[in-house]
Amino acid sequence: MSVDLATVRRIAHLARISVSEAEAPYLQTEINAILNFVEELSAVDVEGVEPMTSVLPMHMKKRHDVVTDGNIVDAVLANAPSREDGFFVVPKVIE
Amino acid sequence: MTDLTRLTLAQARDGLAAKEFTAVELTQNYIDAMAKARALNAYIVETPEKALEQAKASDAKIAKGEAGPLEGVPLGIKDLYATKGVQTTAASHILEGFIPPYESTVTSNLWRDGATMLGKLNLDEFAMGSSNETSYFGPVVSPWRRSGSDAKIVPGGSSGGSAAAVAARLCLGATATDTGGSIRQPAAFTGTVGIKPTYGRCSRWGIVAFASSLDQAGPIARTVRDAAILLRSMAGHDPKDTTSVDAPVPDYERAVGASIKGKVIGIPREYRLEGLSPEIARLWDDGVAWLRAAGAEIREISLPHTSHALPAYYIVAPAEASSNLARYDGVRYGLRQNGKDIADMYEQTRAAGFGKEVKRRIMIGTYVLSAGYYDAYYLRAQKIRSLIKRDFDLAYAAGVDAILTPATPSPAFAIGEKGSTDPVEMYLNDVFTVTVNMAGLPGLVVPAGLSSDGLPLGLQLIGRPFDEEGLFALGHALEDAAPKIGLPESWWG
Repeated sequence: MSVDLATVRRIAHLARISVSEAEAPYLQTEINAILNFVEELSAVDVEGVEPMTSVLPMHMKKRHDVVTDGNIVDAVLANAPSREDGFFVVPKVIE
Repeated sequence: MTDLTRLTLAQARDGLAAKEFTAVELTQNYIDAMAKARALNAYIVETPEKALEQAKASDAKIAKGEAGPLEGVPLGIKDLYATKGVQTTAASHILEGFIPPYESTVTSNLWRDGATMLGKLNLDEFAMGSSNETSYFGPVVSPWRRSGSDAKIVPGGSSGGSAAAVAARLCLGATATDTGGSIRQPAAFTGTVGIKPTYGRCSRWGIVAFASSLDQAGPIARTVRDAAILLRSMAGHDPKDTTSVDAPVPDYERAVGASIKGKVIGIPREYRLEGLSPEIARLWDDGVAWLRAAGAEIREISLPHTSHALPAYYIVAPAEASSNLARYDGVRYGLRQNGKDIADMYEQTRAAGFGKEVKRRIMIGTYVLSAGYYDAYYLRAQKIRSLIKRDFDLAYAAGVDAILTPATPSPAFAIGEKGSTDPVEMYLNDVFTVTVNMAGLPGLVVPAGLSSDGLPLGLQLIGRPFDEEGLFALGHALEDAAPKIGLPESWWG
């Protein structure tokens, strides 16, 4: 399996990473090197094998769906690049 | 006064308890050593005021007879652990300036037990790398040098700052994390001891996530005993991490020095790779001889799916990383680059904030999870994990107590020497360590000798799930039998 330049651009957009015209061919080569490296896995017989989920069989702990934390607006917003009146500020989404 | 940085963690702890010196004196020795060692670039941020403040509190507790198990012990913290009020970056530009309003569970446990913090240690960006060269804050330089050369050597990665700081005596011990070998490979490269505990032994809460089904916290220290002391404080159940295991934490230090007579040690033939360096093969043979002499029974075993571990890792880890790193969008914390609309803002922010290796892995992860490829790549890789784990299960069911392998296929290399044209060349560093993450098992690396050019080499012990005690006993036997390689003497200031 290998990817072409159009696919590199599509993946970059899906990943929300802007990739320049100059960078794309390098990324293509590197991604193809990695895809080539993992190619051998397609020959492994995995018929009837369950995907691994945990090291030892264990049940995921559950808790009651109640609020255990909160009312810390200032702490939540403290690292925001842009904030106003207790909200995160982003560029206009709906015209 | 003698240089207190030469004590091991256990010696320093005992000296503090016996009031031979104070926590403030011990901490000041480390602060002075750190100030002279900036050429190594091991710390991203130093926190001497915080360390001294904590040390004063420790001295007060010791005086009152209320000392915790790590009272007054100065540690370095990998900059992947969120530390309240102290910048936490994952060595990425995208998190530069991020000041967590909370503390990770593992570091909380360390402070609860009386440890003090010297600063935040450098690493590969988002823990993605095997040489500490991908850090936005520049590479870490190993305190080790090849004999007769002053070429700058890598400390390994991703916990390169942790390993370099422990080896250069810039902290008594350090926290680290391991997703594919990031504790064990740098420990091997720097002549230190590192353990990746069983998945679930330490809480991942508050540690910047890379690949959640593989990430595990653990210590790097100068001796097996020191690593055992640190792990006891770091480990434990945490309701905030559903994958953390609700089982009591043993006193690991008691396992150090326990007899290994009659223990069955598996030697997996698949690890004898074609083209394995004769020096590494010899080191492995030495390890076998040492364990046999200590009373262990040596048994050749087969782990037939070994060769698939590294390729499968390079699907699972990037896939999970692409999902985990989606949160860095320039909205809630970290870097923001403005764009013509919100999508463009995301794209510009992530393009400017992530380094090359991180972008590459996010792209691979995005590709293997994209529509039509999930089954062919991610699901298949998770099934291969089951096969890898089954290999280990069968060996343990047949009576094997632990498995001995080399830690790395080579000694440390020079900065800039590997991976610049082909990323896979760098990935091959983790060929012996990555199987352990894929199967979720514990792995311990101990220094075992020097390479022909004078750099440290390590051996790895792989244990049964949650048998860290068994690993500490065996690791101590190796440490006892191996030639003492010591720590490098300062050339850095």
